[in-house]
Amino acid sequence: MKIYNGGKILIGLIVFAALFASPFYLNRGKATAKPELKIDTPEIQKLEDKKCVEPKEFMRAEHMQILNNWRDAVVRNGDRNQIIISGQKYDKSLQNGCMKCHSNKKDFCDKCHNYVAVKPYCWDCHIAPKEKKS
Amino acid sequence: MSMNRRDFLKIAGISTIAGIGGTALAGALKKGALVAPQTAPNTDALTGKRWGMAIDMSKLKSDESIKRITKACHRIHNVPDFSNTKDEVKWIWTETFEHSFPGQEHKFMPEDMKHKPFLLLCNHCDNPACVKVCPTKATFKRKDGIVMQDMHRCIGCRFCMAACPFGARSFNYKDPRLAKNLQEHMNPEFPTRTIGVVEKCTFCYERLVKGLKPACAEESNGALVFGDLDDPASEIRKILASKHTIRRKPELGTEPNIYYIIGGNDYAVVPEIR
Repeated sequence: MKIYNGGKILIGLIVFAALFASPFYLNRGKATAKPELKIDTPEIQKLEDKKCVEPKEFMRAEHMQILNNWRDAVVRNGDRNQIIISGQKYDKSLQNGCMKCHSNKKDFCDKCHNYVAVKPYCWDCHIAPKEKKS
Repeated sequence: MSMNRRDFLKIAGISTIAGIGGTALAGALKKGALVAPQTAPNTDALTGKRWGMAIDMSKLKSDESIKRITKACHRIHNVPDFSNTKDEVKWIWTETFEHSFPGQEHKFMPEDMKHKPFLLLCNHCDNPACVKVCPTKATFKRKDGIVMQDMHRCIGCRFCMAACPFGARSFNYKDPRLAKNLQEHMNPEFPTRTIGVVEKCTFCYERLVKGLKPACAEESNGALVFGDLDDPASEIRKILASKHTIRRKPELGTEPNIYYIIGGNDYAVVPEIR
């Protein structure tokens, strides 16, 4: 079998493969550190029983689903019943619920969202609390 | 390999049942894994079946009181002020009699009535035209009569603005957070809106759940009476039964729920209307 302009094509293919794979070999061994979230805001430290509305593992994986459910409950069904966790009441609200404890958006929300390169548009409308040192 | 039609249908049927049953079973099992949190029923909330408002124009005597009411609403709800009519966002605003109740004005009406600023807001109609045209159901009628909007769903098509005969809806042509008044002060308890969505008065649904009346009614010293029109014992029903009231454009059949008591000629100043 004969390839017309075989040499050029082969060189081209090699250059293409090298470029295509460049992100992989250039970044090898340079893995970004896993984001460590800070959950020691002054508000959380004041809590006697430091419990979120669901277990940590569940929140980590499904918090967006919970926020969607809360949005539907509050905005569409007008259901604002508060959630009780060990005697403490929490609003079903991002701005007036979650962020009342997690007052460190940069070290809590953004860290992970930046790491996984997602850009949720929550903060286009909802107002983030004033950043506090944790 | 060959297969006759009978065998093929059997296998297809069994795999369909296994597929549907399997997913249902998996879903049911997954649901059980969720820790259901306890909820506290909200007992503070004001509840009603058809919220409405009666606005007594004879009690709104000065520009200051009108300004105070408008400001209270716009401040609580982070309404941007761009100081130009094109980008204007309004939840509660004023208009002349002629523009508020078109067709009811005449040459010989009292001069002060012609220029009196009438306080206007969303009418929370029984048959809201805006709700009918919304392609995403972003705006909808709640069980208590409030015409609500879900800003998460609004795609900014502005059909509702075209449909509303009262001009109650405003579009965010600019990012509201760029407005000077919002850069100076934002209510941290209430969200702003984003560029490209339509907004309007929500009858303070967020205050009703806390047992508070709408901000405008609270700020008005009794000129704006808020209440449940379906409750015959309510204050608003007593007012409507005892005084003559008019509504904006009732002929359109949207059944607005804001009533105006016109009366009074004691408004002497000709105000700047905005």
